[in-house]
Amino acid sequence: MRFVLKTNYGRDIDIFKHRAHAAWYIVLIGLLIIAPLFLDVFYETQLTELFIWAIAGAGLMLLVGYTGLVSLGHVAFMALGAYIHAILYSRGWPLVLSIPASAIMTGGIGVLIGVASLRMTGIYLAIATLAFAMIVEKVLAHWPALTGGHSGFRVDDPTLFGLSLDSSTAYYYTCLTVLLFVFLAVINLLRSPTGRSFIAVRDSEISAQALGVNLLRTKTLAFALSAALTGLAGALYAHRIGFLFPDAFTIMTSIMLLMLVVVGGLGSLHGVVFGAFFITIVPQIIAIVRDWLPTELVQRGGLEPLTFGAVLILFLVFEPLGFYGRWVKVRLFFSQFPLYRKKTFLRQKSYLKTERVH
Amino acid sequence: MDTVLQLLLKGISQGCVYGLIALGFVLIYKATEMINFAQGELMMIGALIAVTFTQYLQWNYFVAVVLTVLATGFIGLLLERSLLRRMIGEPPFAVLMVTIGLGFVLRAVAGMIWGHDPQELRTPYSDVVINMGDIVLGVSNLVVIGGTIALCIALFLFFRFTRIGIAMQASSQNQLAAFYVGIPVKRIVALTWALSAGIAAIAGILFAPLTAITPNIGFSGIKAFAAAIVGGFGSLPGAIIGGLSIGIIEQFMQYHFGKGLGDTSAYILLLLMLLIRPSGLIASMQKKKV
Repeated sequence: MRFVLKTNYGRDIDIFKHRAHAAWYIVLIGLLIIAPLFLDVFYETQLTELFIWAIAGAGLMLLVGYTGLVSLGHVAFMALGAYIHAILYSRGWPLVLSIPASAIMTGGIGVLIGVASLRMTGIYLAIATLAFAMIVEKVLAHWPALTGGHSGFRVDDPTLFGLSLDSSTAYYYTCLTVLLFVFLAVINLLRSPTGRSFIAVRDSEISAQALGVNLLRTKTLAFALSAALTGLAGALYAHRIGFLFPDAFTIMTSIMLLMLVVVGGLGSLHGVVFGAFFITIVPQIIAIVRDWLPTELVQRGGLEPLTFGAVLILFLVFEPLGFYGRWVKVRLFFSQFPLYRKKTFLRQKSYLKTERVH
Repeated sequence: MDTVLQLLLKGISQGCVYGLIALGFVLIYKATEMINFAQGELMMIGALIAVTFTQYLQWNYFVAVVLTVLATGFIGLLLERSLLRRMIGEPPFAVLMVTIGLGFVLRAVAGMIWGHDPQELRTPYSDVVINMGDIVLGVSNLVVIGGTIALCIALFLFFRFTRIGIAMQASSQNQLAAFYVGIPVKRIVALTWALSAGIAAIAGILFAPLTAITPNIGFSGIKAFAAAIVGGFGSLPGAIIGGLSIGIIEQFMQYHFGKGLGDTSAYILLLLMLLIRPSGLIASMQKKKV
């Protein structure tokens, strides 16, 4: 086991716990930077997709994993980000302006939804966001003048300062840069008092309030940041699919995003990456497995939702902290090798206090 | 005037279906504080089982109805026993996600068994139409309304006069106290799931003649959920009232403003309700105290 000697308070919130920790991340980033040199175009686009999912996942994780607010309608922000960016870009805005603008505008809409729905708690908030997503989906489909409606909206090829980003490698680097920037921003946010107040609100609204956290302000901010990040991912996703149509952003995507956050591991940024990896790899695995299954079953379809649903249930029942929780256990097992005790991670069950009168 | 009546009737019969699904939501919520997002999928399974019994096996319609309700109730019991009982004591969000996952699985399994082609449930009253002046009444619509009323009366009698019904009320009001006076709370909760799945099956059977059945009709569960909230979550009459109001408003909006607004009106109503009166028409919640 490694013991880190902390000689000042600042070390408690260091980004890296110790040198080896930092070294591993440098190796990982280095590998990602040189990856396009030896990877196939197929894997490159898959990785790009993973990055985009991870950005959206970081947004949702901020809300669900760190602030404890559940949104079933985050796809709406992704759709808004994608459409706003595509529309601004098609009207001649440069990429460097239209992507941040779409993120900011989505964040603004997030503030509106946040303020409106923060009077609700728990499940009610989830349902309100679900209703919001349903409405956004219909608006996108029934406003052809702006969004092209069901016939779709073509996204122009991305160019940055006259440089085409259309090739898969260029877009890979674009998404990687944005991802690293987003992750650094979220990590720093969580180290700051604002991020701490998010976590305080998640753990107990009442004690957070007692400690002087302004609930309304904190929740609205979390909602806005989460919406902005998801909108940013949406803007990147717009170029990834090249053609926007309302059916690309259904409630299914919303649930996929939640699945990403839950399966990856609630309350950890590692979880976001694991979850994004899971979301991108499952369809590929299914494509391989499909060849071995009887054709009659395959033609009926539904393998993908079946797998996603089953994995989600299994994780929630057996490992609510997701892949990250499992990884923590495995790591502890090896670091304390013969002395690992299962009870270390005993789950605490809580009694639910009802809010009903009768 | 005639169109208004026609729309009203259509809205009421559609609303009854929402109300019945919402009833299932509320029953499970009251018994276990869980929100079962797969309620719409249970309705879909019920409708498809009814199709299997009547079309493929050619059984008598009424026998098929009874067996469908029993079979779906059994599925509900099985789900509680195998899955949801493990989730007692977990955070509500986790339970919600489990039932969402369950909805995915049920929909996929239904697609694999029955395929995605629209199916039709033939009933003895399928094509019967009553002409009253200029108004055309489909008997299917009337049966939905009649069936809902009958079911509501039956449920009222069940909760009022039977031992099991009273035990269900008791364990919903205070599980610990119910356990102390000797009510087998676990068994009662399992029975509540069976009952709620059975009601979903009845909703499916009543709804099926009005539409084509595909594994995707389970999505109307989301609108039923809106109905449950509009009515006031946790209130049984509220569920039916909420369902009716959403069904009727939807029909009128669709008639006057087109399909887009018709489809979203349920959600707009839900958002408005959550903003203005979050506790619903018939309130049964209070603000959490420390």
